[in-house]
Amino acid sequence: MRPFTYSRAASVEDAARTAASTQGARFIAGGTNLLDLMKLQIETPTHLIDVNHLGLDRIEPTAEGGLRIGALVRNTDLAADKAVRRDYAVLSRALLAGASGQLRNKATTGGNLLQRTRCPYFYDTRMPCNKRKPGSGCGALKGMSRSLAILGTSDACIAQHPSDMAVALRLLDAQVDTVGADGGRRSIPIADFHLLPGETPHIENALKPGELITSVTLPKPLGGTHVYRKVRDRTSYAFALVSVAAVFEKDGRARFAFGGIGAKPWRTDAADAAAPSGAAAVAEAALSGARPTAHNAFKQQLTARTLASLYRQKGA
Amino acid sequence: MKFDTPATTNPIDRGRVIGIPHDRIDGAAKVTGTAPYAYERHDAAPNAAYGWIVGSAIAKGRINAMDLRAAEAAPGVLGIVTHQNAGPLGKGNMNTAHLLGGPQIEHYEQAVALVIADTLENARDAARLVRIDYAPDQGRFNLAAERDKGVPPEGGFGGPADTKAGDFEAGFAKAAVKIDQHYTTPDQSHAMMEPHATIAAWNGDKLTLWTSNQMIAWSVGEMAATLKIPKENIRLVSPYIGGGFGAKLFLRADALLAALGARMVGRPVKVAIARPQIPNNTTHRPATIQRIRIGADRQGVIDAIAHEVWSGDLPGGGAETAAQQTRLLYRGPNRLTTHRLSTLDLPEGNAMRAPGEAVGLLALEVAMDELAEACGVDPVELRIRNDVQYDPEAGPQRPFSSRKLVECLREGAERFGWNRRNPKPGQVRDGRWLVGMGVASAFRNNLVTKSGARIGVDAKGHVTVETDMTDIGTGSYTIIGQTAAEMLGVPLDAVTVRLGDSRFPASSGSGGQWGGNSSTAGVYAAAMALRAKLAEKAGFPVDKALFEDGLVRLGNQSQPLGTLAGREGLWAEDSMDYGDLTKRYAQATFGAHFCEVGVDIDTAEVRVRRMGGAFAAGRILNPKSARSQVIGAMTMGVGAALMEELSVDTRFGFFVNHDMAEYLVPVHADIPHQDVLFIDELDDKSSPMKAKGVGELGICGAGAAVANAIYNATGVRLRDYPLTIDKILAASTGKRVA
Repeated sequence: MRPFTYSRAASVEDAARTAASTQGARFIAGGTNLLDLMKLQIETPTHLIDVNHLGLDRIEPTAEGGLRIGALVRNTDLAADKAVRRDYAVLSRALLAGASGQLRNKATTGGNLLQRTRCPYFYDTRMPCNKRKPGSGCGALKGMSRSLAILGTSDACIAQHPSDMAVALRLLDAQVDTVGADGGRRSIPIADFHLLPGETPHIENALKPGELITSVTLPKPLGGTHVYRKVRDRTSYAFALVSVAAVFEKDGRARFAFGGIGAKPWRTDAADAAAPSGAAAVAEAALSGARPTAHNAFKQQLTARTLASLYRQKGA
Repeated sequence: MKFDTPATTNPIDRGRVIGIPHDRIDGAAKVTGTAPYAYERHDAAPNAAYGWIVGSAIAKGRINAMDLRAAEAAPGVLGIVTHQNAGPLGKGNMNTAHLLGGPQIEHYEQAVALVIADTLENARDAARLVRIDYAPDQGRFNLAAERDKGVPPEGGFGGPADTKAGDFEAGFAKAAVKIDQHYTTPDQSHAMMEPHATIAAWNGDKLTLWTSNQMIAWSVGEMAATLKIPKENIRLVSPYIGGGFGAKLFLRADALLAALGARMVGRPVKVAIARPQIPNNTTHRPATIQRIRIGADRQGVIDAIAHEVWSGDLPGGGAETAAQQTRLLYRGPNRLTTHRLSTLDLPEGNAMRAPGEAVGLLALEVAMDELAEACGVDPVELRIRNDVQYDPEAGPQRPFSSRKLVECLREGAERFGWNRRNPKPGQVRDGRWLVGMGVASAFRNNLVTKSGARIGVDAKGHVTVETDMTDIGTGSYTIIGQTAAEMLGVPLDAVTVRLGDSRFPASSGSGGQWGGNSSTAGVYAAAMALRAKLAEKAGFPVDKALFEDGLVRLGNQSQPLGTLAGREGLWAEDSMDYGDLTKRYAQATFGAHFCEVGVDIDTAEVRVRRMGGAFAAGRILNPKSARSQVIGAMTMGVGAALMEELSVDTRFGFFVNHDMAEYLVPVHADIPHQDVLFIDELDDKSSPMKAKGVGELGICGAGAAVANAIYNATGVRLRDYPLTIDKILAASTGKRVA
C-alpha cells in the first residue's frame, strides 16, 4: 500500500469535483475490494475521498413507481429491504449469493458495481495483465482460465466480471445515477455502464473522471417469478462459475442475465426472445459468439444446464 | 524409560481423568484472545521492527543484479536482507530449497529479500521498490510430462521406494476379475488459519525466536545449521499455534529472515509470510499420478495388488509416498508397490496432513469401489473379505498390534444406515438431487517417537508439566494435563501445562499423528520418575503406593503431595524411548468412512448430505478433542475430494490460485452433520498410554467415500481429483447427470 492522503467529502458535488481535480484520487466506500487491491499495489491511489457520510444510504420509491437505492446502501441492508424482497426478489437473492455476511455488511451498492475482476493474473503483479498494466499482455489467455469469461472477451483480456448484484441489476434494467465533476447529473443505463475490454481492458465502465455514483434506480416492478441461481465450486463464499438471474412470466416469456461467463454482466435480447422455446434455445442465444478456452469451455454446457434446471423447477 | 515390551496394567488404566471428554484447558484463553500467537508477542519483544518478504518473480534462474536504492530510501526503511549481505548460510537437512534465494533461484516466490521498516505498511511498500534483474532458465513444471523420467526416491518417512511380495504379474494375469486404472491428485496447500510468523531478537550471540512451529527441537537444529551457530545459542518459543497440517514442521523463511533481519537492524524483527505468498513460498502436498491394479476372484478376494505412484519435487526433495497403505491394508499374496520421483522446479513439496495415505487412499479406495462393482459384492463386505490381521508383505510372523477395521466397517455401516443404499448407481432421487452413498476404509500408520518431559509438584500440591511438545490446535495441552493428573492422582485443574519452548525437554513434537500418543507417553515416563521420588519421600514402596485425591497412600497411611514436595518442590524428568515393537508388530490406525451426497441432476453441483465414520485408534485420551480432530480431518477430506487444487501454470512455473479467494477449502455450508464413533480399543504394543495417533486418520479415505458416493448417485466414475462440476459434466452423457 502506497502512502495516500484522505479526505471526507462535504457533498456529492464536492466529492466529484475533488476527485476530478486531484491526480490519483479514488472514492472509498466499503473498501471491501479497493483496500485489498491497495495492499497488493494493484490499485495505487494517492488520495482517497470518503463518501460514506453523504446521506447516500437511503432506499426510497420513485415517482415512476420504481425504487431509488442510494449508492452507499450496504449489500446486507439492500438484500433485507422489504420493497426489494417483495418487488425485486432477484436482486435480494443475487446479493445474498455473493461474498460473506461480513463483506455484505460493508460492501455498498455503488462499490459493488465497480468491483474488479478476480482473474488470478490480475492479482499477481509479477504476471502480465493488460487490465492492470496496459500493454503487458494477457497472462490468462494461454494460462489457467477455468474461472474466466467466455463472452465479451478480447485478445487483450478474458477477465470475468465477478459481481452477483450487477447481474440482477442488469436483468432489472437499472439506471446508474451519477454526479459529474461539473456538478451535472446523469443516468446511465446499466447495459451501457460496464464496458467490454476490447483493446482497453483497463477501462471498465462509462464513468468520467471524478464522476460519482449517487444511486441506482430500478424501474417499476416487473412482477413474475424471480430466481437467481449461482453455480460454484463450493456451497457458499465463492465466485460464480455460472450464475443466471431470471424473471419468468406466466405466459412463457422471461428475461435472463448471466454472471461468471461474461466480461460484464451478460444479457442479450435474443436470449430473452427465446424464452418461450425453452432452456436450450435460451442458452444457444445467450452463448452466441462465445470464445471459450480449453479450461472454461465447460461454462457453455453449464450455462445450458443451469437454465434447464431453472426451467425444470419453474415447471415443478 | 524404554518401552520395549507390551504394556501391562498401569496407572493410566484407572481412567479417572484420561478418557474423559474434558474441554480444552487452553480453550478459554484462545477464544478470549488472551493466548498470544507468535506475531503478537509484543510483551516479550517490544519495539519490534517489521519485515516484509520479497519473493522471486521467476521460478528458475539467476538474479543478475539487485537495486535496493529506491527501497532503502523509502520512508521508515531500516535495512534490507539479501543473499549479498546475509553472510554465509548453511541449509538444514529438512529444507529442500534455500529459505533465502539468490543468486540462484530455485522456485517462484522463493524469498530473495527481507525489507525491514518501522511499520508494516512502510516495509510492504518499500518491498515493492526492490528492483531485481533476473535471468530466467527453462524449468520443469509439468508432472505428467516429467513422469517417465522419475527415479526411485531415497528413503524417507515412507520406507523403501518399492516393495514386492509373491509374483504380482503372474497373480494379476490369472485373476478372474481385474481392475487397472490411473488416478491423479493435485498439489494442495495446507491453508492453516495462522500464517507462518516469527519475531526474532538477539541478545549478544543468543537468538530467541517466538514463532509458530510444530517441531521445536528439529527447528532449533535446522536454524543452528542454517545460521552456523551453536544450538545452545538458540531459543525457540511456540506455545500457541493456529494450525499447521505439516506446513510448520520445518524452519521456514519467516524464522530465518526475522533472525537475519534482527541481526542487521539491532532490534527485534517480526515477519509473517503473507497469505498470497504462502502457496508458492512454502511447502505444499505434491500432486500424484497413481496406477492401481487389483486382481481378485469372483467373490472379490484379492490375489494380486499393485500400486504405482509418480510425484515430483525440487532436486534433493522427496516423493509423495501414496502407496504406503497399500502395503498393509488388504490381503493378497502377490503384491507390488513403487514410487517414482521426477524433478520439478515448482515450489517445495512436503508433508501435509497424512502424507502418503491421504492421497493414496483417494485412489485405492475408489479402486476398491470399482472392484466391488465388478464382482457384484457390497463395498463394505468386499473390504471385510480382504481384511488381514498381519502385515501382508511380511506374513503372519508380523501381526498388527491391534486392528479393528472390520469392526469399524460393520458398526459404521450400521450407524449410517448403509443397508438403505441402492447398489445400482443413479437410482435415488430427492427433488433435483441424485442421491448416493459411498464407503471407504481409513488407514494411517501409527508412528511413535521418543519424547521427554519434566514434571514437578509444589508445596501446595500443584503439578506443573514442561515439555517442548506443541499444540497446533489439536488439544495437546489438555491430554498432557490429563496424563499428569491421572498419573499423580490429582484433578485436571491442579495441573499447569507449559509447552512449546526449547528450554523444556525435547518431545516428539506434532506431526504424522505421532504427537498425542508419543508426548503423553513422555509425560508418563516423567511422572513415573516423580512417583518414585514421592513414594521414597513418603517411605512407601513405589509399586505399592497409590496416588489419588492429591495424596500418596499406602494402606491407612497417606501424605499430601504438597507436603512431600516441600517448599523446594519436587521435580523429575524422563523420556519415553521405543524398542522394536514397531518392527515386530505392524502398527496402524483404522476406520471406515461413510458419506451420502446429492448431485444436482442438471448442474452437477455436489452437496455432501451426511458423513459418518467409525475409528479404531487405541485408547482415546480425550473423546472431545479426538472427535474434533476427526471431523476436522473429514472436512479436509471433503476439500480434497471436491475443491482443493493448486493450479499449475506450466509456462511460468507457479501455483496461480495462491490466495484464499481462489484456493477453495470447504466452508461451513459444505459440511453437514458428521457422526463419529470410536471403537473401544487399547493397544498395549503402542505405548504405555495404549493409545495411537488420531489426528490424521480422519482425512484418510474420507475423500474417496465422497467420490464413491458421487458414483453411486450418478454412475459417473471420476478418477482425477478434485471432482469438480466440469469433470462430472464431461463424464456425463445425455442431458442429465445420471
